[in-house]
Amino acid sequence: MTKQLSSRAITRTFALVTLGAVLAPGTAHATGVTAGTLIQNTASATYTSGASGGTVTSNTVSIKVDELLNVAVAGLTTTPATAGQTSAVLEYSITNTGNGPEAFNVTVNPAVAGNAFDATVQTVVVDSNGNGTYEPGVDQILATGAATPVIAADGSLKIFVIVGLPAGAGDGQTSQVRLTADAATGTGTAGTVFAAQGDGGGDAVVGTSTASGNANDTLVASLATVALTKSALVADPFGGTQPVPGAVVTYTLTAAVSGTGQASGLHVTDVIPVGTTYQPGTLTLDAAALTDVTDTDAGQASSSGIDVDLGTVTGGTSKTVKFNVKIN
Amino acid sequence: MHKFWIAATSAVLATFAAPVAQAQAAQPIELKGDVKLDKLVVENGHDKHVMIEPKVVVPGDKLVFATAYRNTGSAAVNNFVVTNPIPAGVMLAAEGAPSADVSVDGGKTWGKLVSLTVAGAGGTKRPAQSSDVTHVRWTLAVVAAGASGTVSYRAVVR
Repeated sequence: MTKQLSSRAITRTFALVTLGAVLAPGTAHATGVTAGTLIQNTASATYTSGASGGTVTSNTVSIKVDELLNVAVAGLTTTPATAGQTSAVLEYSITNTGNGPEAFNVTVNPAVAGNAFDATVQTVVVDSNGNGTYEPGVDQILATGAATPVIAADGSLKIFVIVGLPAGAGDGQTSQVRLTADAATGTGTAGTVFAAQGDGGGDAVVGTSTASGNANDTLVASLATVALTKSALVADPFGGTQPVPGAVVTYTLTAAVSGTGQASGLHVTDVIPVGTTYQPGTLTLDAAALTDVTDTDAGQASSSGIDVDLGTVTGGTSKTVKFNVKIN
Repeated sequence: MHKFWIAATSAVLATFAAPVAQAQAAQPIELKGDVKLDKLVVENGHDKHVMIEPKVVVPGDKLVFATAYRNTGSAAVNNFVVTNPIPAGVMLAAEGAPSADVSVDGGKTWGKLVSLTVAGAGGTKRPAQSSDVTHVRWTLAVVAAGASGTVSYRAVVR
């Protein structure tokens, strides 16, 4: 604090030494005065001396504000994204909480402790046009470990991470994916100084964030499995169930889809057994008749076999296909 | 004719220069500004505030701006008022602010912070805060010949 310079000195100061003082509210800028700003202080004094008076001005002391390196990363995918046969898009935001423009090196790590499986990272994409929506071919792809474009102080940038499922991921299992952003100037413990590397000509100083931030988003695997069962029911011409010539065999094919995902492009096909003849007009799907010819309905049948296109089937549903043959 | 005119001009300039030089020599008060960074360091496991040269300054740092004065004349000066505009980029620190003689309107009106208001949202007035302060000042009734001292205020980098 101020020091008495002589026994006759008068020291007037109102600044009390208070530890841990809280910053007053009302700061003009969320992340502080811009790096490179000059703080210039000049005092002046007026006085009277006898009948006359005067004004005197002090020298000006100047301080250049250095760049504070700070960053905050948030995961924006609050509901786990689902990936099945198609990829999922995870969203993150990088906010420059420092006081100067800064680029950030981005790394994405899908190997997070506690993962049932580790997602496969396909691409990391910057929301180049800032519209918040992932647009393949429009938004810029970021190479592994590459830096983002420069983000202004207080500015945010959205990052999309496109992920898929690795082999072995089970339905309903989750994987966290961590995005880390490091200030391109450097990271370190708070207070680390990068001399003359600050924006505006000063130094760069690592802030409380250590100039590095990370956040996790969650991916959930959504897969479907198909179980196909086949059964046969024989009706002989005599009211019995003997597989004799002339007996009609009804084949039932049941495709049971389980899991939270979907099975797409699902076809049920079967060949007409040797020694039997397909009975035209007997093909059904879930008890609804299908024509034998190739047309707009899902099924077709001929003397060689049947084919029913089930399309996309959601997990938890079953489809039943039936057809009749006669033993020759 | 032309030559004479130049000589005359020089003479006029010299006449004006002399009183100005005398006035400066007669200034009985010296002001010297200084700034220090109030840094919290840990020494032997205890927090300690030290005043250091502000080599690296970032938002949130605490600065102490000091102005040393000295009456170098042979007579006392009276009604000695030191005025210090708060520089852009810093704000008056909350600590100590209530007891200071401050202005929140660019030096037009003065008082204790608690007595001052500033325009708030919707044309209403709200109580002034330390961050609203635009100027601080110190008033000394008399500074005796040869006397010296320091006035200072604490600021926080915005």
